[in-house]
Amino acid sequence: MLLMPAPDQEAINDRERIAAELAALLPPASVIAAPAALKAYETDALTAYRQVPLVAVLPASTEEVVRVLRYCHQRKLKVVPRGSGTSLSGGALPLADGVLVGLGKLNRILDIDFDNRCAVVQPGVTNLAISHAVADRGFYYAPDPSSQIACSIGGNVAENSGGVHCLKYGLTTNNMLGLEVVLIDGEVMRVGGRHFDAAGYDLMGILTGSEGLLGVVTEVTVRLLKRPPTARALLAGFASSEAAGEAVAAVIAAGIIPAGMEMMDKPAVAAVEAFVHAGYPLEAEALLIVELDGTAAEVDELMARVKAIAEQKGATSLRISQSEQERLVFWAGRKAAFPAVGRISPDYLCMDGTIPRGQLPLVLTRMAELSRQLGLRIANVFHAGDGNLHPLILYDANKPGELDTAERLGAEILKLCVEVGGVLTGEHGVGIEKRDLMPTMFNEIDLAQQMRLKCAFDEHQLLNPGKVFPTLHRCAEMGAMHVSGGKVPFPDLPRF
Amino acid sequence: MQRIQPESTQDIVDTVRTHAEARRPLAIEGSGSKSGLGRPVNAEMLLSMRGLSGIISYQPDELVLTAWSGTPMREIWVALAEKHQHLAFEPAASALYGSGNEAGTIGGVLASNLSGPRRPSAGAARDHFLGFSAVNGLGEEFKAGGKVVKNVTGYDLPKLLAGSMGTLALLLEVTVKVLPAPEKQRTVIVPVPDVVTGHRCLTTQLREAFEIDGAAFLPAAVAARSGIDLVRAPGSALAAMRLTGSPVSVADRCAALRAAVSLPSEELHSMRSEALWSEINEVTPLQQAEAGALWRLSVPPASGAKIATALGQGEDWLMDWGGGRLWIARHNTSAEDASAVRKAVAAVGGHATLVRGPDSLRRAIDVFPLEAPPPLLKRTKAAFDPHGILNPGRMYRDL
Repeated sequence: MLLMPAPDQEAINDRERIAAELAALLPPASVIAAPAALKAYETDALTAYRQVPLVAVLPASTEEVVRVLRYCHQRKLKVVPRGSGTSLSGGALPLADGVLVGLGKLNRILDIDFDNRCAVVQPGVTNLAISHAVADRGFYYAPDPSSQIACSIGGNVAENSGGVHCLKYGLTTNNMLGLEVVLIDGEVMRVGGRHFDAAGYDLMGILTGSEGLLGVVTEVTVRLLKRPPTARALLAGFASSEAAGEAVAAVIAAGIIPAGMEMMDKPAVAAVEAFVHAGYPLEAEALLIVELDGTAAEVDELMARVKAIAEQKGATSLRISQSEQERLVFWAGRKAAFPAVGRISPDYLCMDGTIPRGQLPLVLTRMAELSRQLGLRIANVFHAGDGNLHPLILYDANKPGELDTAERLGAEILKLCVEVGGVLTGEHGVGIEKRDLMPTMFNEIDLAQQMRLKCAFDEHQLLNPGKVFPTLHRCAEMGAMHVSGGKVPFPDLPRF
Repeated sequence: MQRIQPESTQDIVDTVRTHAEARRPLAIEGSGSKSGLGRPVNAEMLLSMRGLSGIISYQPDELVLTAWSGTPMREIWVALAEKHQHLAFEPAASALYGSGNEAGTIGGVLASNLSGPRRPSAGAARDHFLGFSAVNGLGEEFKAGGKVVKNVTGYDLPKLLAGSMGTLALLLEVTVKVLPAPEKQRTVIVPVPDVVTGHRCLTTQLREAFEIDGAAFLPAAVAARSGIDLVRAPGSALAAMRLTGSPVSVADRCAALRAAVSLPSEELHSMRSEALWSEINEVTPLQQAEAGALWRLSVPPASGAKIATALGQGEDWLMDWGGGRLWIARHNTSAEDASAVRKAVAAVGGHATLVRGPDSLRRAIDVFPLEAPPPLLKRTKAAFDPHGILNPGRMYRDL
């Protein structure tokens, strides 16, 4: 089990007064202090961890966010921002002594600007709602995390979310033009706009993916893309993950960047097929979905080349979508992979490492060994194009010790990702889940540099503490912290 | 200015640490190809990164390349071309930013966040910068990002370092995303009477699904200076739209685009198309202009014609990014004129960077406009370089 920083007992004792003071700053209905009502906010999509917040507030405007943050800053109260609460890494896990700031009421699309090909939206708007709002004109917003029906754009910015189409169309950070954020002292900062790129330091770049540690997003300007006239998908089964992996490498080597290229292993395929009946080949050891988009002629040409590659690499089954409906059926299985696995196991942990794709056979073999050693099953879904793995570790939280074993297995898998040249997280964020693994990827100097940047934005470390960084140093210490020979002055400081 | 050229990362770390301890500022450069960009640096010692050169690892199948920051761009382009790949953000080999027709080093390209005509569809340098190791202003070596194409572990420091002009840290090793180079390209050119018509043509077609990955407007006088016969031939202003991809796809989209444009048009094929976009990327037609100040504007694309009309003098200007980027030459090099440019841009949202101008002007004004609260910019700088020894003054006056 991961531990959070020891709560400030004074804040907890002062709970009622804090709630009353916040209720004086916001419409009283926007402040939630009743224990039963607070329970709704006790977890996000990392459901193994639960904590009822000190108090929750639901501001409905930038001005109300300013008032809340200014108050928390003055009182030195911790703040946890929350969008729709779909984080898989515990990014929105509340703190017992922290004010939870829910941004769901900021849910308006403020402007759609086709001539500048962008939309200005509030943070509580869901990812999919943006695409829906512009669909009749043939536009869409490209990043498409699996939770897109529920997850908020503000949360996408905080986590720099990806999706199945990011090899070709990029992550959230590559699809943004502007941000309004409220800094912890209540200052409102606007960066970017409807134009491209920062003139100076790229603060939008650093705020995106900062996991709620640098500011609270109150407005986002996202890019809109024109939907390609044609999209078709190919479904190919292979007798081994190696063969499927070789097919993926051969597609890229042929100079083709598919709109999406997904892989699933046999256990994942079995779970999905039982759930959505997408017609996936149950005998295949590995299944590939390759989507190509563009003009009809281009898609036909590329599809023929991808099909030839799949055949050459020994595909045991091959289907190409013949209609838009069939293409969506191919995807329905993949997009339902997480809930499908949820049906075959009481609980699961979803991991998120990225590896150099060439290391896939080695990583799969070692993962199978770890699975055997620790006695827990793994189903694999994999953004094959960009090397982003999502091993789903199946466990039962009601069996004593099994969550610990699942977490240990997850940690071993992520360490393996780093060992082969990859990273801890491709799109879900560090949150609390991978926090204590940060030292496997970064040394003390690397982490100290990142923490000094945190201090530049939030000197008292009030925003989302306990996430991302395995230790908390006071900023005053950080300033004086002179690392020499790889040794920091406080190597023995306890990790929480 | 004295000049040193360390040959190893340890030499660089030692040099920076010594200077940090002595509080002695350092000017940092790659090959110096962009020495004219930014404000003059207040330092007596120049540290050249040229000694740290070479491709460390290039894995075409993984779409990543890792190199020492002092590696010449030409070396990287040659290696990528052998595998039919490229840097999709199109860094230019331009005389624009300094001396000589130099492409500079990969570190310099990233530190100045350069990008070319493909920026709206493919991103800028920042979008392809995956990871690095660097030395901060305390002389500490640190790393951030990763060597894979998809990564959100920790703060996205490559974004912050991109475009920071060497004021936060010295890049040592850099990893960039590389992509398959398009097999074919064609450009549709549309002769138009004026900027309003040309810009409307670009805006209309960019809203369609042609996957245009270059959208520029050349005023008549600028088109007349082109080295390409078909660009000079109409004797008028031109809207230009580039299509790239597989041969079938390009031919298909080209025919559809020409049918959609209501005005008569021409096609430029491979060589001529490439030559036109090099001229636009390198801003070649404006380099012959006599003007003393050259501005690079980033504005909402739909505002392009309005800003061009307000600020374009004597047709010494060029529009790229479908209106989102304007290059404007100004004869007047006074600080008052600089504020006039900035005021016009502020009215539509966006920013103006002085990319070439006399030292006096570069000292007098903010070459890079201030987009964020200055105290936060100061604290950000201090988080990396608390003693202010890395390229002081280059980016912001007091930093």
